[in-house]
Formats: sequence, C-alpha cells, structure tokens
Amino acid sequence: MRFTKDHEWVVVEGDVATVGITAYAAEQLGDVVFVEVPEAGKTVKQGDGLAVVESVKAASDVYAPVSGEVVEGNAELSDSPETVNALPESGGWFAKIKLANPAEVDALMDRDAYEAFLATL
Amino acid sequence: MSDQDLKKTPLYDAHVAAGARMVPFAGYSMPVQYKDGVLKEHLWTREHAGLFDVSHMGQARIRGANGETSPAKAFEKVVSADYQGLKPGKQRYGVLLNAEGGIVDDLMTARPDDDGLFVVVNGACKDNDYAIIARELAGEATVTRLEDRALLALQGPEAAAVLAAHIPEAAQMVFMDARALTAFGVDVIVSRSGYTGEDGYEISAPAGAAERVWNTLLADARVRPIGLGARDSLRLEAGLPLYGHDLDETVSPIEAGLNFAVGKSRREAGDYLGADRIAKELAGELTRVRVNLKVLEGAPAREGAEIADESGAIIGRVTSGGFAPSLGYPIAIGFAPPAFAGLGTKLKVIVRGKPAAAEVVASPFVPNRYVRKL
Repeated sequence: MRFTKDHEWVVVEGDVATVGITAYAAEQLGDVVFVEVPEAGKTVKQGDGLAVVESVKAASDVYAPVSGEVVEGNAELSDSPETVNALPESGGWFAKIKLANPAEVDALMDRDAYEAFLATL
Repeated sequence: MSDQDLKKTPLYDAHVAAGARMVPFAGYSMPVQYKDGVLKEHLWTREHAGLFDVSHMGQARIRGANGETSPAKAFEKVVSADYQGLKPGKQRYGVLLNAEGGIVDDLMTARPDDDGLFVVVNGACKDNDYAIIARELAGEATVTRLEDRALLALQGPEAAAVLAAHIPEAAQMVFMDARALTAFGVDVIVSRSGYTGEDGYEISAPAGAAERVWNTLLADARVRPIGLGARDSLRLEAGLPLYGHDLDETVSPIEAGLNFAVGKSRREAGDYLGADRIAKELAGELTRVRVNLKVLEGAPAREGAEIADESGAIIGRVTSGGFAPSLGYPIAIGFAPPAFAGLGTKLKVIVRGKPAAAEVVASPFVPNRYVRKL
C-alpha cells in the first residue's frame, strides 16, 4: 500500500490501482454520511478531484493519487457511506483506476514514510 | 488568530481530558466533538441527555441607572421583543437590531430575580452587542459583563430527571422559565431552554464551580458530553437559525421567520431601531424569506449553495445545511422570494455545480419537545 500527503492510499494489482482514504483521514473526517464516487470511463490526472466524501461536519475532496481511466467506482458507498469509517483501508475503497503511468505509484510514500509524515502533523 | 490567542472556557481542561477535538470558535478553543463523534453525540442527545459547554457565550446583567428600577424600557430601544411585559421568573427570545432593521445578534433575556435583566448573547457578537447596548442605553441603564461565569446546557428527554436530583426546583419550571437559585453549593441561574429542540436547561454558574458542576452531571450514566458539531446538527433539525449564518445585519426578523421576536406591543408602538422596515415587512412587503428545505437526492447542500427554481433560475442561497442524523437525509435553511416559500414547493439546490431536487418543508424539521406545562 502506498500513500499521498492528502491521505489517499493506493494498492496496485496488475495495471489497476485501487484507491481509498486512510484510516487517519477517515478518523479526522468523522462520521461519513455521503460519498460521490466517479463513474467508469472517467479519465483523471494525478491530483485531480476523484471523489467527494461528506461527514456530518464538512465536505472534502478526494484527489486522484495516480493518473488513468476509472474502471470502477465503489457503488456500495452510496448506500453504505459508513463503510468509509468502518473499513477505510479495505472495503471503503472509492475507485479502481487503470494506471496511465505506473511510475507515479513508485513516487508515493510507503507505510513507514506515511507514518513518519503523520507524526509531523 | 493563532491558537495561542484563543481564550479558554473554565472547562477547557475537562474537555481535553475527555478526549475532545478542540477547534477555534468565536475566539475560544472549543470542543467540536468528543470520542463518540458527531453522529453518536447527536443521537444520544435526542434519546438521553447531552451536556454542552457554551461558556463562550456572553452573559451580562443590564441594570437600571439613575434610580430606574427596571432597565426593560430602555433596553427595548435596541431589541424588538416586549421586555416591559416580561414577568419575573421568565425568559424571552429577542433580536438586537440596527437602524435598518437588520439583526445585529439574537439573544435570550431573563428576569431570574430582582437584579435587572440577565442576558445571554452569542460569543462572536458579544463585544459589539455590549458596546451598542451601553451606547444606546447611556444614562438609563448599565451593562455589566459576567466574565467570571460559565454556561452549561443539559439537553434531551432525560435532562429533567437528571437535573431534578441536583436542583429539585428545576422540575417545577416550564419552557422559558428562568430562576436564580442556590445549587451545587453556589449561586446559579437556571433556565428551561436550549438550542436543540429538546427539553432541557441552561445553567449559569460561577467559573470556579464549573468543572465540579460539569463532572457531577457527567457522573450520571444518562449524560454524555456533546460538542459543537452535534450542537449545530441538533439546532438545524430544530429549525433554529444560527447567527452569522442564517442571520446577519442584512436579515430582518420577519425575513427570518422570527415574527414572534417582535412583540405585539412593540409592533403598535414602533419605538425601536429598524421599526419602519419591520412594519412594512409585516404588511407583506418582503423580497425574501427563510425557507426550510428537505434535500431529496445527493449530497448535503451546505452554506453558500445556490437555490434554483424548477426551471433552473437562481432564486436564493442556502445559509446553513447538512446531514440530519435524526432524519437520515440532508436538510438546509436558506432564503428565497416568498413566491417560492410555500410548503411543498419543488426547488433545486446546486451542489458542486449539480442541481439536486429539494422541497420546502415546515419548521422545525424534527418536532420540538419543549415542556410548556407540567
């Protein structure tokens, strides 16, 4: 699993990256009540808005940690947005993106680097 | 403002010890939530009893000057409610107005005893409020800030049973009663009121006793601490406007649907700041009014979201909105022309560029449970 400073995570299988937000991000957001995930076919560049997650308190953007074409959004989050809090780094994934540039993944932080980054916040 | 400049309420240490997430609010470091989180805190308050620290709010005494025993008549120059008619032991909501009839602040005013009036104003507005009151009432009344007092709110269906164990007199009070009492070994001012739509009380206590009162109430298993996040979602469901969001210096109490805050005797006399505009608006000259919206699809429409009619024309704006935990769908308060304010009117809210269906519904969104008679 790789991480961004915006608290997204990425897991790569083959040429497809599954993307979500970290447990830290989910904890900071609080109770998630609405999630808007992208539809298949949407093309995103690294850093583009990918999804929107809303807690009781506020709306937050989820940015694409990698460039590529969305092959699937997690439709289950529409009915069960609380999954983002319950399983942020597994079942609460937001989208699967077919990688346009696999090298982008290598430049992201590994778990140790992300933990070290969190310690500075 | 940096965190170092933030003021602390007498309960700051208790919040931090309880695991609260502290945020800047009205110049204070305040708990936005505790470990339970906003959703659970909200629902706990609707089912049991929630304890809130609202010590950031301004508490003051207004007293008559130059031998005047009551400041009520002088106070009525700047507020629209009937305070000369306020009976001992009662509290009344009102709005502080500017010369244009806009709302400078909304406030509670009580006669808990014979010591003039006891007012509670919004934390972010208090310095300006006190300056206006002191200036407009100069020579007739004085304002004394009660900086050495904390304010706690105990809200929810179990609040009355909880408080009765510590303040037996509280059980004899009804909604909007206010009394000066001795409880917890100190002088307190208790009102049966709040900002959640639930039955409950607000308790003003000396700062030095605040933590003891807080901990005593929290020792009851029916009571949990509730942060400002849930306070906001609770008041939104209760259809209660929030100053600085739904109310500001351009909004009149009539536009905001707060007609009850303009006393009957005051409408006839027209003897207060902004009375001309209010009289016209009461006669029907209104260009915008408050609407309560149920958002029928999609994301919560938050403050700033545009409101459109069914053709897509922009007709107004959301002033506060969010997910309603007790209802399970998003709701919003906003302003629109009167032609679009009828119950059941179909409207759109524009969230991130996308129109979503909404409908004008009655206020409050969640029925209030005030105890109006025993």
